[in-house]
Amino acid sequence: MTVALSLANLVAVALFIYGLHQLNSPPTARAGNQLAMVGMAIALVSSLLQTQGVGWWAILVGVILGGTIGIVAALRVKMTAMPQMVALYNGAGGAAAAAISTLEFFVLASGNGENAVVSVSLVLSAIIGCLSFAGSIIAFLKLQELMTGRPITYPGQQIVNGLILLTILGLAGWFVVTLGTMPVLAFVGLLICALLLGVLFVLPIGGADMPVVISLLNSFTGLAVAVTGFEINSTLLIICGALVGASGTLLTVMMGKAMNRPLTNVLFGAFGSGGGSEPAAGSGGPQQIRSAGADDVAIMLAYASKVIFVPGYGMAVAQAQHSVKALADQLEKRGVQVLYAIHPVAGRMPGHMNVLLAESNVPYEQLLDMEDANPEFSTTDVALVIGANDVTNPAARSVKSSPIYGMPILDVDKAANVIVLKRSMRSGFAGIDNPLYEMPNTSMLFGDAKASVDALTSAVKAL
Amino acid sequence: MNDIAHLIQLLTVLLLAVFVGFEVISKVPTTLHTPLMSATNAIHGIVFIGAIVVVGTLFAGPTSPMLTVISVAALTLGAINVFGGFAVTERMLQMFKKKEGPRS
Repeated sequence: MTVALSLANLVAVALFIYGLHQLNSPPTARAGNQLAMVGMAIALVSSLLQTQGVGWWAILVGVILGGTIGIVAALRVKMTAMPQMVALYNGAGGAAAAAISTLEFFVLASGNGENAVVSVSLVLSAIIGCLSFAGSIIAFLKLQELMTGRPITYPGQQIVNGLILLTILGLAGWFVVTLGTMPVLAFVGLLICALLLGVLFVLPIGGADMPVVISLLNSFTGLAVAVTGFEINSTLLIICGALVGASGTLLTVMMGKAMNRPLTNVLFGAFGSGGGSEPAAGSGGPQQIRSAGADDVAIMLAYASKVIFVPGYGMAVAQAQHSVKALADQLEKRGVQVLYAIHPVAGRMPGHMNVLLAESNVPYEQLLDMEDANPEFSTTDVALVIGANDVTNPAARSVKSSPIYGMPILDVDKAANVIVLKRSMRSGFAGIDNPLYEMPNTSMLFGDAKASVDALTSAVKAL
Repeated sequence: MNDIAHLIQLLTVLLLAVFVGFEVISKVPTTLHTPLMSATNAIHGIVFIGAIVVVGTLFAGPTSPMLTVISVAALTLGAINVFGGFAVTERMLQMFKKKEGPRS
């Protein structure tokens, strides 16, 4: 490694860290991303100059193919589909790390064995990379609704996973003891087991827990990259992997806190698979539900002084973000103060709702976190819940027996009036009745979220 | 025992990077968490450099078609992360606007 390359890497790392630092506020975030881009360009170019042309055509093919796929996908993807996109990118990083380890295995297996550090990091990077890749693919399939978003469980699931994990550990031990000179077939078996475990560990995790899973897979990929750095003796990879791993871990912890559930419960609890409280579809009997028409709600909104919108996954599914902004514009024209209250786990990934609302030109100052939003509800005339359910369920505060008891929620019930936009009376993901719907200050507006919001907008306009 | 000293050096770098990562990322507001994730996707695209290094040693000697395919796959996946990650982050961050900015 030459001095020039080391220096270039140093500059790149500084730009990555400062770029991430700039993400601490929306006005500087874009500059931060661009600084990170410059850092990446410096790192890539200086590494390419070191290759002296060996394998140049493979690198060229990779850049052209990967660059085209990456950029086309980035420009085409719908904002509502960001969780799937990020899942795929996590998977790509994991797969790349595993592929590098596989190549390294073949390079070094033909020699006389490696040193202990390289063999340990090689096998770890292969395992974590495969886990992250396979897990991300399953997460993608669930988010894209190519397979059911409900948890998939079967008897003895944990035992099967445990046995696979033991097999992986056994093979990995063999690999390390022989310093990486184990038979090719055994190494392939190791990769297959790791892939299988990745699939099996995401299968029982339900759709609403996806924010946790995506964050966790993000940290796995970071870890795989960091370990790859040990394998090929690159501090650049170690640092970048560590940054990504820290980010993913931090987000995982935040999401877990926002659901008041330990990580183990998210991963192994198969939450929302039914358990004792099957969705009470129709079984609730005559609940005291008041249903309102769009015209009544429009009047309520138009003559309010403060309205808070509470978006959830339902808004993303209905692609209603632009309609929501149009309604907000109409209300603001009439002097109504409009705010948005966003629960940390609303949607399918951290910050999902914020990006959707940003897409429809909602200024970010109007987007409130849970901590900032909750004190506002008591002085709010109307809270308009758009496709959110469990994150507004007051049972989390008071009903000790509720599965979501203790989960921090948005206190929409403190508002003078609550309007809930909902497709039907089906329970939310957790399959729990929401007492909010039976409260005297709550009215339901049934229908598709986008259609309902559009109806409200035209009703307000007509006033 | 030079190896051990070197390993400890790398572990030190790892440890410091983890702490810096936690410090820096904990300042990112919730509203930017999605762009943060896609930006970290781009940053772990640094595996592309790992792929370059391995391909460099691999292609110096005789290779098999299978290893060539795996090499191109690793390079492609890394490039997807780099280009796709930065592009989608840029696209998202363009949308975050202050107060009633002009519509695009």
